[in-house]
Amino acid sequence: MIARLWQRFTANIDSLLFAVAALIVTLGLFTLYSAVNESPARLVTQLANILIALAAMWLAAQVPPQALMRLAVPAYLVGLAALVLVALYGDVANGARRWLHIGVTRFQPSEMMKIAMPLMLAWYFHKHEATLRVRDYVVAVALLVLPTALIARQPDLGTALLVLAAGFYVIFLAGLSWRILAGLLVAALASLPVLWSFLHDYQQRRILTLIDPSQDPLGAGYHTIQSTIAVGSGGSFGKGWLNGTQTHLDFIPERHTDFIFAVFSEEFGLVGNAILLVLYAALIARGLMIAANAPTLFARLTAGAISLIFFTYAFVNMGMVSGMLPVVGVPLPFVSYGGTALVTLFLGIGILMSIAQHRQLVQT
Amino acid sequence: MSHGSIGRNLFTAGPRRRGNLAAGGIGEFRDPGYELRRFQFRLGVAGAFVLVAFAVLLGRFLYLQVLQHAYYNTKAEDNRISVVPVAPNRGLITDRNGIVLARNDSAYTLEVDPRRADDLNRLFDELAGVVDIQPKDRKRFRKLLDETRGAESLPIKARLTDEEVARFAAQAFRFPGVEIKARLYRHYPFGELASHVLGYIGRITERDQEWLEAEQLTANYKGTDFIGKTGVEQSYERELHGITGSAQVEIDAAGRGVRTLSSVAPVSGNALALTLDIKLQEVAERAFGKYRGALVAIDPATGGVLAFVSKPGYDPNLFVEGIDPQSWDALNTDPDKPLNNRALTGTYPPGSTFKPFMAIMALELGKRTPEYAINDPGYFSLAGQAHRYRDWKVGGHGAVNLHKSIVISCDTYYYGVANDTDIDRLHDFLSQFGFGARTGIDVKGEQSGLLPSRAWKMKRFNQKWFAGDSISVGIGQGYNLATPLQLAYATTILANNGVVFRPHLVREVVDARTGSHRAIEPEPVATLKLNPKWLALVKSAMVDVTRPGGTAARAGAGAAYTFGGKTGTAQVIAVKQTEKYDESKVGERHRDHALFIAFAPADAPRIALGVLVENGGHGSSTAAPIARIVLDYYLTGKLPDKPPAADAEEEEEDG
Repeated sequence: MIARLWQRFTANIDSLLFAVAALIVTLGLFTLYSAVNESPARLVTQLANILIALAAMWLAAQVPPQALMRLAVPAYLVGLAALVLVALYGDVANGARRWLHIGVTRFQPSEMMKIAMPLMLAWYFHKHEATLRVRDYVVAVALLVLPTALIARQPDLGTALLVLAAGFYVIFLAGLSWRILAGLLVAALASLPVLWSFLHDYQQRRILTLIDPSQDPLGAGYHTIQSTIAVGSGGSFGKGWLNGTQTHLDFIPERHTDFIFAVFSEEFGLVGNAILLVLYAALIARGLMIAANAPTLFARLTAGAISLIFFTYAFVNMGMVSGMLPVVGVPLPFVSYGGTALVTLFLGIGILMSIAQHRQLVQT
Repeated sequence: MSHGSIGRNLFTAGPRRRGNLAAGGIGEFRDPGYELRRFQFRLGVAGAFVLVAFAVLLGRFLYLQVLQHAYYNTKAEDNRISVVPVAPNRGLITDRNGIVLARNDSAYTLEVDPRRADDLNRLFDELAGVVDIQPKDRKRFRKLLDETRGAESLPIKARLTDEEVARFAAQAFRFPGVEIKARLYRHYPFGELASHVLGYIGRITERDQEWLEAEQLTANYKGTDFIGKTGVEQSYERELHGITGSAQVEIDAAGRGVRTLSSVAPVSGNALALTLDIKLQEVAERAFGKYRGALVAIDPATGGVLAFVSKPGYDPNLFVEGIDPQSWDALNTDPDKPLNNRALTGTYPPGSTFKPFMAIMALELGKRTPEYAINDPGYFSLAGQAHRYRDWKVGGHGAVNLHKSIVISCDTYYYGVANDTDIDRLHDFLSQFGFGARTGIDVKGEQSGLLPSRAWKMKRFNQKWFAGDSISVGIGQGYNLATPLQLAYATTILANNGVVFRPHLVREVVDARTGSHRAIEPEPVATLKLNPKWLALVKSAMVDVTRPGGTAARAGAGAAYTFGGKTGTAQVIAVKQTEKYDESKVGERHRDHALFIAFAPADAPRIALGVLVENGGHGSSTAAPIARIVLDYYLTGKLPDKPPAADAEEEEEDG
């Protein structure tokens, strides 16, 4: 009886995806315990976050892709409207207007866009699958650029980047011609100076600092310098769990959130990093496999884009912590402390699971 | 579709798609299989990109964690570990009997890091609500801020009361950059007493820093805020300071020490035992009463200074935490000039205290025999000149031989001796007694006084020496200048029958680590070739000075021991040829300085001294009684039964 219930309960759960994600989350909890100087309070909160995220995953896994497709347009429109409201009436925190009050709580519409954007574009391409024209790509780009610009204006460069990437993956997977892609790339490069002038001072400084962190060792360069030192000093095998000096002597800022990889890397070294890379690669590979075998264009595009978003999170965060990329607010997926990102990521996992599970049902 | 054609389609996707797009407009049939394969190909491209990107990350990790590991590991260690200097405790200073004259007291102090305060005035206003902060504290802080090198934190208020500590601790969160620190303070428990010997310490200034750099001591002073400024504190700085220790401290990103990994303990500074007897010093200082002046008493057997007085003194404790401008101005504008070390740097004409040395010279150089006597008319004139060099006694002393010339302090006798001696020979002989040169005592700033010679006059005035220049030199006037220390030193050499020790204030250095004592008491530096007969003659005449008939008879009356002495008076203003100096008519500050030199007991001296009383009138009236009190206390442990009487003016006035 119980076994049957359990079977029902886990019917839509992809065991491989779940196992890999669980492994990463476990590593993350150990790292977090070290990052918060062994204070259990933060750990308990993060466990609660994980439970909520798992619930979200389970729920998402129960939603068939067709139902998801019906949700795509409303989700996108609500998200876009919320972004507009944020721009007009949002709360300002840390110099950025990101939050929207709804009743008792407040939420970050930009976070919602990370999922809503690929769903929307996937829906769009799915709808126009049979008659795909250049015009459709133009519309897709417009659908992508509008919310991205709103998010970048808040300003929240990290989230804008993730939303942009998510949308781009859909467009890329939908088959935008290489020539146009190349053209877009050239156009993007050409518009860099213009974009540069739109960036806030601190954003410009972050990028300049990346080129030469020593220019501002106590200001914008500090994060990068200290996290790079943490990674480098970790060596091949790391300083051992709870023994990272950079971590425990407070040299790494934001070390339980965006810079938690510095903690991991310092304490577990190159071996730990390699294991983490393999786990992410496995997660992404499984996601891409699900995409490859998905029955509809919507499902394919959604699954592919979500898998590649995991990649984007991991690559941008690790690149930033190891001093290769500018500092943007992108957490290490499934590891960084914080409920919002966890829920978003596990929603993504749940959607992947749903797509994996429902592929036979709609086969034509 | 064959495998081969898939490949062709995928790799020539461009033209084919263009066809699709063109055809799409008219709703042409599309191949879902092709669409799927194209998607899968794109997925493959994305997967490859993911692998390449992860490979780049792995490469970056390899570079940082393997190739550059040593570099970043050093960086992390540098981050983590800070070497903090641990300042040593300054050595104590005791008197010859072990009584502590300078020690280190711990006290709480409120310190402000000036770099962390935007507006010092506002900060002080706010602090004043918690801790008593006076305007002079603010001024002192400003002064310290100007003077101190790269200050990290400076005291706004020293020696907090327990209540203030508690009150501030409760409010500390309001004052970033303000801290209570437990510090060791130099404390001079005797205050003014012996202040000119001990000197004081103060914060290291730019000038001190230059000195430290020149002496290559900067490393040892890394954790040190204070340095000896004057006196023994200054001259024995190297002994007193000690060796700075260090601690390897693990620090967090805010620079706070988390724990000490290893440390090298500092070595406390060596303790100094002075030759000074603080009780004798106290007796001597009190003997001066309201008078300004100086007294130096030396142990002839060693050259050790038993008492070293310069009155008035000052409270060295004022200087330790930086003197407030108000007290500083008060000390500087005081007409009594309490900061002047008169014994060391005050130069005065030695007056008649010069005569015993002139007498030794006259005998040694064969200018006089003991028996030779002059008939003193009350003045001396150079051959063929009308100018009269007057004796202090109008009408003169009658027949005066060498013995009597000292006992009654005859001026005319020594005018003659000076006239009969070439000034350069006089200079060379008397410089053996230390006149005109620094004694080499172990504190800085000593003045050399002046013993004139032809070369000196040529250099100073570009003039040759005139016969008339020599006459007043004979009675310790003219160009002659000596410090009270020099007078005591010369007297010591005389008392010691020509054996010369370098005068010194520190008897021994007590090593802080081993507790071993290192004596400073030196071997004699020279022994003058002097005829014992002449020495005995001059010394016996000096004994008779303190006996009935001598110029210091009253000061010598009732002594439990015999002692030799010589009175002296140094003119402050020149008296015209036709006038007689009348003490009652001149202002107090223009009165003559009183001098006295003495040694006791006469046959085997254990103490020799020189006293100068500024504007004290006559040597016998103020200086000799002070000397008597000091001698009595040193030799008998008692003060005189009644204060020694000043000799009547008529009896003793001398040049």
